[in-house]
Amino acid sequence: MSTPKTLFDKVWDAHVIRHIEDGPDVLFIDRHFIHEVTSPVAFLGLEGRGASVLFNQRTFATADHNTPTLNQHLPVADPLSANQLAALERNANKHGISYWGLGHHKNGIVHVVGPENGITLPGMTIVCGDSHTSTHGAFGAIAFGIGTSEVEMVLATQCIMQPKPKKMRISVNGILGKGVLPKDVALYIISQISASGATGYFVEYAGEVFRSMSMEGRMTVCNMSIEMGARGGMIAPDQTALNYLKGRDLAPKGDAWDKLVPYWESLKTDDEAEFDVDLSFDAANIEPQITYGTNPGLGTGVTQQIPLAEAVKDGAASYKKSLQYMGFAENESMIGKPIDFVFLGSCTNGRIEDFRAFASIVKGRKKADNVTAWLVPGSHIVEAQIKEEGILDILTEAGFALRQPGCSACLAMNEDKIPAGKYAVSTSNRNFEGRQGPGARTLLASPLVAAAAAVTGVVTDPRKFL
Amino acid sequence: MAYDKFTILRSTAVPMPIENVDTDQIIPARFLKATERKGFGDNLFRDWRYNADDTPKADFVLNNPTYSVEGSPRKILVGGKNFGSGSSREHAAWAIYDYGFRCVVSSFFADIFKNNCLNIGILPVTVSPEFAEEIFAAINADPNTELEVDLPAQTITLLATGKSEHFAINGYKKHNLTNGYDDIDYLLSMKHEIEQFAETRPF
Repeated sequence: MSTPKTLFDKVWDAHVIRHIEDGPDVLFIDRHFIHEVTSPVAFLGLEGRGASVLFNQRTFATADHNTPTLNQHLPVADPLSANQLAALERNANKHGISYWGLGHHKNGIVHVVGPENGITLPGMTIVCGDSHTSTHGAFGAIAFGIGTSEVEMVLATQCIMQPKPKKMRISVNGILGKGVLPKDVALYIISQISASGATGYFVEYAGEVFRSMSMEGRMTVCNMSIEMGARGGMIAPDQTALNYLKGRDLAPKGDAWDKLVPYWESLKTDDEAEFDVDLSFDAANIEPQITYGTNPGLGTGVTQQIPLAEAVKDGAASYKKSLQYMGFAENESMIGKPIDFVFLGSCTNGRIEDFRAFASIVKGRKKADNVTAWLVPGSHIVEAQIKEEGILDILTEAGFALRQPGCSACLAMNEDKIPAGKYAVSTSNRNFEGRQGPGARTLLASPLVAAAAAVTGVVTDPRKFL
Repeated sequence: MAYDKFTILRSTAVPMPIENVDTDQIIPARFLKATERKGFGDNLFRDWRYNADDTPKADFVLNNPTYSVEGSPRKILVGGKNFGSGSSREHAAWAIYDYGFRCVVSSFFADIFKNNCLNIGILPVTVSPEFAEEIFAAINADPNTELEVDLPAQTITLLATGKSEHFAINGYKKHNLTNGYDDIDYLLSMKHEIEQFAETRPF
């Protein structure tokens, strides 16, 4: 009998072209996503060495990091952003790469448009010059972020060189409580193992909670894998994954699809396969989460108090610096903290389910006067769904407006910046100092927690509205 | 990108004993709008280094005259645990390189950051937490204490005390760094093998 393998082993090993002794594996890449921020220098490098794009049909370009979320039909005002966007378009056209720029009906955040158009498939290797490429692992793909030198490498050779990471399994069993969303599961795990707890590992998520989770939810969880230091996270593809993909625009059709199904069904961890680390959590212990510090590991249940320095894994000096930046103190309650902004969006929580969840709370209520809310769909397709499902009407009735798709205030490369000192409850992935604008203070949370804050103006337990 | 060869580096160091220094701090997102790889050093640690009105913050280490000896640039940055976490932006490594550092020392690096460093010719050296503390203490006692990083021997030495530690690096990356080679040259040499492999992919 052959050696038992994990899901990760099966996909990784199938892509190794060459193993270098005391060195990395040469790994073939099935799909490469590029956007305007991390690709221009890669194309310059490619041209500098007189190389061309080896397989241009395996690369897909979309504009997202820099794009405005208002008046996308107008020229982009910031000349530097406009310059990067123009470079992406020029490079894509020159090298025959599929390009979804501003105004294209499929445009949106790279990690939203890949799956929703069926570019992402189980068993693939997928890379992008963006750490949240781990999102695509929700489909049983090995997907991870790379640097610009590696973007150039993939353009030139369709390969990257990586040592095989160690393997970690994180199981969550039991039933999630009322108002507990996939984002809470992710934030809970990170708070338990710290922002570096999975560094050096590739994570497989297993157990009842992920099995019963929607694809949107699985994408949220895999998206946040990088926030625990993992290179990526993945979930074995099942009927839920195949149902999501079947019929999507660029997914295989007919016979081509049918031929792949047996392979996809084989993509699961063998019973006897071993992990370097095997962790397990109980769903019953997870309540809606919120972060209070300046890394995603510094979070807690929304009804809890900010921990004392000795209770956290970060050094006391770093922890105190973190609380000082946030304007919080040890032992304070998070409930009732006044907030100024709410951001619903990003590759973590800019999908249709996130808008449905947000709408479920704001329906029949009104936006708090002290809150500025930026609701940003992850793609035009999500935007269209929001309108078709009547969610836009609910939002409008409650005093909210919808913006146009893009990364927006997740990393504030466009105009959507949280002002210095202001508090934002954000459904994005990072609460680093200045992440949402210089001096901005970010509280990461689920769409339900964001909605509860948006209608009350303070940090609120969303369960009281459900 | 071809880069400078790295063999033995002897230099004073800049200490930054802060945990979880993420790449958003190393280079904030608003400085990622360039389409060329140059000038990032000016904005290295921008928001820790400068006030909103662009005046330097006196309490930040890069603005401390003790750590900027005229004519003797410090080529080693010693960071706290989980250095380089967060975004995969290679611009963070470019900014560190552009400022003049050639080596970053930490007890624990984030994965993608470490790869990015290796890909542009910066050597990330992982030391034990105890040795990291010794290095910080030595620099604290004498800011001009020197470190010697010997890539061929895979050792890092505190010259003041002679205390030395072995560090790990895979043989392939070591070969590349000591010779100034990059991965793309290697991969281009196996193009035929890659094309044959691509034929076998089901999608």
